[in-house]
Amino acid sequence: MKIVMAIIKPFKLEEVRDALTAIGVHGLTVTEVKGYGRQKGHTEIYRGAEYAVSFLPKIKIEVAIASDQVDKTIDAITSAAKTGQIGDGKIFVINLDHAVRIRTGEADAAAL
Amino acid sequence: MTFTRPTPAGWAVLAIGALCAVGFADAAIAQTAAAPAADAAAAAPAAAAAVPNKGDTAWMLVSSALVLMMSVPGLALFYGGLVRTKNMASVLTQVFAIVAMVGVVWTLYGYSLAFGDGGSMTPYIGGFTKAFMHGIDANSTAATFSNGVVIPELAYFVFQMTFAMITPALIVGAFAERIKFSAVMLFILLWVTFIYFPIAHWVWYVAAPDDVAAAAKALAAAADGAAKTAAQAKLDEVTGAVGWLAGAGALDFAGGTVVHINAGIAGLVGALIIGKRTGYGKDLMAPHSLTMTMIGASLLWVGWFGFNAGSNLEANGTTALAFVNTMVATAGAALSWLLAEWIVKGKPSLLGICSGAVAGLVAVTPASGFAGPIGALVLGLVVSPVCLFFVSTVKNALGYDDALDVFGVHCIGGIIGALGTGILVNPALGGVGITDYTNITGNNAGTYDFVTQMIAQGKAVGATLLWSGIGSAILYKLVDIIVGLRPTVEEEREGLDISDHGERAYNM
Repeated sequence: MKIVMAIIKPFKLEEVRDALTAIGVHGLTVTEVKGYGRQKGHTEIYRGAEYAVSFLPKIKIEVAIASDQVDKTIDAITSAAKTGQIGDGKIFVINLDHAVRIRTGEADAAAL
Repeated sequence: MTFTRPTPAGWAVLAIGALCAVGFADAAIAQTAAAPAADAAAAAPAAAAAVPNKGDTAWMLVSSALVLMMSVPGLALFYGGLVRTKNMASVLTQVFAIVAMVGVVWTLYGYSLAFGDGGSMTPYIGGFTKAFMHGIDANSTAATFSNGVVIPELAYFVFQMTFAMITPALIVGAFAERIKFSAVMLFILLWVTFIYFPIAHWVWYVAAPDDVAAAAKALAAAADGAAKTAAQAKLDEVTGAVGWLAGAGALDFAGGTVVHINAGIAGLVGALIIGKRTGYGKDLMAPHSLTMTMIGASLLWVGWFGFNAGSNLEANGTTALAFVNTMVATAGAALSWLLAEWIVKGKPSLLGICSGAVAGLVAVTPASGFAGPIGALVLGLVVSPVCLFFVSTVKNALGYDDALDVFGVHCIGGIIGALGTGILVNPALGGVGITDYTNITGNNAGTYDFVTQMIAQGKAVGATLLWSGIGSAILYKLVDIIVGLRPTVEEEREGLDISDHGERAYNM
């Protein structure tokens, strides 16, 4: 099992969700995050105070999937979240040791 | 989650407080009850002379409510939106608590100090003759600017109360996010008592304006030397019973000096003495909600019609003039801040247009009943770029942390307004000219003289800066000794919402 974690542009969330649903991934955790990569921040001016804002708002999504679904999932996220501009985000794949569905106690693949 | 019950000691303090309050009330009732004989004698001739107009009375009560709305929620939201989330409840509480405390103080002795008869001290301070509202009932009247026109004294009392409430509340913006609540409350209690009440008295107290007007007219009409001497003696006698700045001929229609310069300089002194916020210049201190700030600024604009037009104390043509001036100066200033910022900083901002509107309101305050609408518009267009220069360039160059720009907007805007009033009152510039008794020095009642007027305006500005600046510095030091001004660095970092009030503005 794997966790696919992707940092994407906030306005791409709905498209990514639709793409994942289409390939049979049913379940997704979303977090509003801030961060920076190669995309430059911007300057905010409040009267005399100028602030360089380098942490930009992004959306982090996490999906837990069976290992054989990793490529399909990455493709789905990539095609849905891509704009071609700097700041489209990144995808990280992490090993997942164990999973449990709280309601039933089902474990691992059955819990996904 | 656990609830902590108030300690028995806490309840004991509350019980003692309640007993004291009852004691106060008893004393007040006793004083009022002892008074009626003296009152009736004093009030009888006035009651026969003039009866308040229902329209004037209604307008003054509505104006009082509008000015209250400027403080809560207007100013509270305007300021609250500009601080960080962790200090939102702190700013809202400070403004609300100041409004409530000054309401109590004004009733107990503030009105008397500001608008009472101070005997031999009358040019400088009212006495305690009206303390605990002694001698004021539903039939008491207060003079207006029109000879022979009066309004209920209770309406005047509550209208002036709302001014005393908002002025100290303006100050908290200068040291927002880094002062203990106890220090704010103690400082403001001392500040209104020793700074605001005297200055309001200096500028606005005229015991019997109708008598001054009559004496000035008599002097102007006096034919020969002996008659002139007699008339002058009479004029000197009645002008002895006015605040000294009013007597010097300073024009301040609705409180440019008393409210804005006064609060602005007290704020700057506070920002300097208390010091910068922890992390100033390093941490992100962006406003947490410009939405709140916009709502607050808009409420201030609407409420300011009560502040300025209400300051005419009647509902007539001058009231409409003050109303219109308040509209056009503010529109002009909002626009000119936006444009200046667009040119200098590259983008027109919401905070900019809101700041410009407030700067315009501040500047037109002393001029509202004296300038013509085009004069007011020019004043509005001029004030914003100057204030923008102060809040960005000057503040950064000098490095003081006037957190919400109380000095840059209120003091500087107030000074431009006060000096501008001396220019724009000129009938040649569309102003109303000098009304019959306001400029009573130099025998020039009824005429406008640029130099005389600017000297008077300068006196009012200088006296306010000095009294409020030096007096506030002493009071800050005193408060620092008694309760301490600043929270610890840890408390400041955590936010005053939690450290002072034990709650958050937002639980989301």
